[in-house]
Order: sequence, then C-alpha cells, then structure tokens
Amino acid sequence: MQLEDVKKLADLARIEITDAEQQEFLDNLTSILSYVKQIESVDTSELDDAEYPLRNVMREDAFPYESEKYTEKLLGEAPDTYDGYLKVKKILSN
Amino acid sequence: MTINLSNLTIEYAHEAMMRGDFSARELAEAYIETINEKNNDIHAYLEVYDDVLKQADDADKMIKEGKATILTGIPLALKDNILFEGKIASASSKILENYHATYSSTVVEKLKSAGAVILGRTNMDEFAMGSSTENSAYGATKNPHDISRVPGGSSGGSAAAVAMSGALFALGSDTGGSIRQPASFCGVVGLKPTYGAVSRSGLMAMGSSLDQIGPFTKTVADAEIVYQALASHDPLDSTSAPDSFRIQPSPLKKKIGIPRDFIKKEDLNPEVYENFEKAIKKFESLGYEIIDIELPRAAYSLAVYYIVMAAEVSTNLSRFDGVRYGLQIEGKNLLETYQMSRGVGFGKETRRRILLGTYVLSHGYYDAYYNKALKVQRLITLDFKKAFENVDAIITPTSPFPAFKAGEKMSDPLQMYLSDIYTVPANIAGIPAISLPHGTSNEGLPLDLQIMAPHWREDILFTIGKAFEALEK
Repeated sequence: MQLEDVKKLADLARIEITDAEQQEFLDNLTSILSYVKQIESVDTSELDDAEYPLRNVMREDAFPYESEKYTEKLLGEAPDTYDGYLKVKKILSN
Repeated sequence: MTINLSNLTIEYAHEAMMRGDFSARELAEAYIETINEKNNDIHAYLEVYDDVLKQADDADKMIKEGKATILTGIPLALKDNILFEGKIASASSKILENYHATYSSTVVEKLKSAGAVILGRTNMDEFAMGSSTENSAYGATKNPHDISRVPGGSSGGSAAAVAMSGALFALGSDTGGSIRQPASFCGVVGLKPTYGAVSRSGLMAMGSSLDQIGPFTKTVADAEIVYQALASHDPLDSTSAPDSFRIQPSPLKKKIGIPRDFIKKEDLNPEVYENFEKAIKKFESLGYEIIDIELPRAAYSLAVYYIVMAAEVSTNLSRFDGVRYGLQIEGKNLLETYQMSRGVGFGKETRRRILLGTYVLSHGYYDAYYNKALKVQRLITLDFKKAFENVDAIITPTSPFPAFKAGEKMSDPLQMYLSDIYTVPANIAGIPAISLPHGTSNEGLPLDLQIMAPHWREDILFTIGKAFEALEK
C-alpha cells in the first residue's frame, strides 16, 4: 500500500484526513493488513460453496407506516431542513 | 434506610422490594447517590437521566398493584449505542452529539414494560470500536479497581458502572469481546448471548453479522435473569432467530474442553496462565472431566474478524453523512459537506476501520480478503461444532492480561486489537460465551475465566458458571 492508496480510500469513503494522518494511517493499515494476511495460508478446499450456510431474511415490501407518522421526529434530528425536506448544498454547478 | 449496594443482586433487591424493606424510589436514590459520589473519578456515565425517580415511582406503583416482575424497580445502565426514545444516544461520537433517539430499541421496550428503571447512558469506545474506552469523544472511563488503568472496551462505561455499584446491571454490546473483556477488567460478570438471541433492533449497527446485546451483572444468576427477560424472537430484527432455533436444555456430559493449541503459555501473562490452571483444578474438584480439545483454526479468528468487521463497519457507518443526523460541517458543495462532516465527526479509530473496510471490499482485494475470511469463518465454526460433540463447554482466559495502563496501547492499534484474541472466536462462530471474575493479580487487579457453549446453550454457561462461582464464595 502507498500513500496514494490511502488518499484514494479516504475519497471513496468520503472522509477528510489530514496530510499528517495519511502517513499514520498508511503505517497502521500496512501493519494490520500484514497481520490479517495470515488467512491466505488456510486450506479451505474441504468447503462446498454450494452449501453456504447463511441466507438473507427479507420482510414483505408491504404494510408501510401511515404517511408522515415519523416525519417530524426524524426531520427534527437533521442538521438542516426546509419545508419537510432535508436541505443539502447543490450538487451541480451552474 | 441505607441499602448496601456493593453486594446487592437482582434477586435480593426484588425480594426486598416485594417485602417492602425498601421502595424502588429508595433504591434508585441510593444508586444516584453512589453515581454522584463516584462518577467524577470513574466517568462511567455520560448522562444520568432526569426522569429516574419518576420511573422508580412507576415501578413502585406496579409493585403495589401486584403487577411486578423480577425486573420491576431494578436500576440499570444502558450503553450509549442503545436507543431509548427521546433520550440522547451518541455512541460516544461527535457525529451524533445531540442526536435524540426517535424510537426505543426492543431491549428498552422489554425492560420498560417489565418496570425496570433506566438510570442513564454509559461511556464507550466510539461506535463500539476499541478495547479500552479511550476512543470516546467524551473522555476516557477509568477502571474502578485502579483509576490509572482502563476499564476495557468497548462497553467500558457499562462494566465500570456495575463494578462501582452505580447500577445493579448494565447492557452492553459485544461484536468481538466488547462485553466480556471489560467485564474481565472490571471484575464483573459479562454475557454475550448466541448470535440472534437478543433483538438488535435499536442497537446502532457496527458489525451486523457479529453484534449481540448482553448484560453486565454481579452474579451469574443475575445474568441469567436479564438474559431470560431479553432473549426472544423479534420481527423488527431480521437476524433475530425464530423460536424453532431456540433449543431446550438437555443433560450435561460433565465434560469441559481445553484448547491447548490455542491458549499458548507464551502468549499469556504468567499470572493469567497460573490463574487459568487453577480454574481447571477447580472444575476437576466439581466433578467435571477435563479433556484436551483441538480448535485448529481458532487462531485465525482475530484476522477474520478484522476483515469481516471492518467491511461491515465501512458499510454501516456510511449513513452518518452530516445530512440526516447529528453534526454537519458545511462545505462549498455536498461532497465537501460529506467529507468534512465525517472527517471531523468521526474519531481516529473509526476512520481507520472505515478505511480498512473500504480496502478489503474494493475491487481486486474482495476475493483475497473478504471472501476468504468468510470461508475461514465457516471452518472455525466447524472446529467448534466438532469440539462440542465431546464436551459441554470450552474454557479459556477472557483476556491474555489484566487491565492495562491508560494510554499504553493507544499508539499501536494492532496491539490493542490483540486484547480480544480469546473473545473474538465466539463472535466468529456465533456461540454464547460468558466471562466470570476469577482471582486477582499480585497488583490486586481482577482476573477472569471465559466459558463458551454451543449455539443456544446459554443454560450450560449458567449451570457451570453458578457452580464455579459458588466455589469462590
């Protein structure tokens, strides 16, 4: 991993990090990755991929809440709202 | 009247309130007095709620009307990542500084309808990431046994609250050891139930395939009482197990397994090693047969954990965007608002794990890290399954060392992560595990014992745990 990779990851994760932190995170991530890499050596050939034990549990896309039941409460926790909507900076330049 | 809180149990307090020895209000007042006296030094609580006495009066009313349950009037503390409608829940993060829960978690609903009294919310490592409670945006919690040391983490505030007799029990969450390790450091009982036993609805998600809510108590019997009150299927949590999964207790073989290949003498603090050998002798004296077992792939648990957990953290924490809740730092466009709000709102460890998770899920690394980790996780689960064919339970130390000094591991994340080497396997396999106080170090710090059982066999932890605990008295 290089310094550039850390910058790229921070961009992907939408997180601002300072220049000083970039070097620190590079050192940390390098050491953590070299530790977790030990799983490479585990032989997993005894597993049958067709027998994956987990499955998704979905609920029916039905029985919605009564409209506006929670609107006020949820918006009350947002930093910036306007007329029942979340307000954000514009994303397109003129 | 003066109520002696230091040896109080749920069962005793319940009986005393039923007899009228003291009221729920008097009990709540006694706890608030203790908190006022000790919390400045320990910093277990971030907030004591302003309606505690009102809750206690409601409990007294239930008792008078003959509607009391075993938890009516019992005062408890909540980890700051568990929602209680209308109260602040910040997960000890700046990004949720003034966030008020818009609904109550299922565990809070259950406790409230049982008449329990919720005293306040406790400090934690931010978003439950850490092993020392030093990663809180609101200052570190201190270990009540030695304030120069950490209480463990991430549920360090809940552990310390019970240890300082500032709550009769507390709830925490355990993703890789966040209940059991602080229970060990603070000398209390900590239970991580089977994955899916207790509803996670209203628990802020960290590693969703691993997270589980559980209690901190003074005794095993109290842990059992809280577990019984909380464990049931909840349609609001899709990973909550249906009743058909919850098997009934069956007789014990009276055999306990020791994974010698996993607990190596050289990895352990010498006092911890000696203390563990003493625990084995005690089980022999109780008539248990001790059997050496193998968990050949358990040693990979921590590596698997730091891939799977980080991947899930990076996904779960994407909702904190500076728009929908909490802190917003305004940039010149929306992208900058995201970056600045998350950059300022999240602490260092949280950002480190988000970056790690983003990396292991990224194109080109996904198979080598994430998919491989899921496979190794399956193998570890199979190792436990095979071992449990011959034994009721497996014992290990909870922590490889007693409570460490504040600041000692903050500069080296990997060293901090290694605190969880013996707790993480139970999360990886989804099995229940309990940490019991057992022995003290030469410096007077609490030592521990961890017991693990097969899926849905919490009853084994309680049976064995109570027998072991009785020897200590």
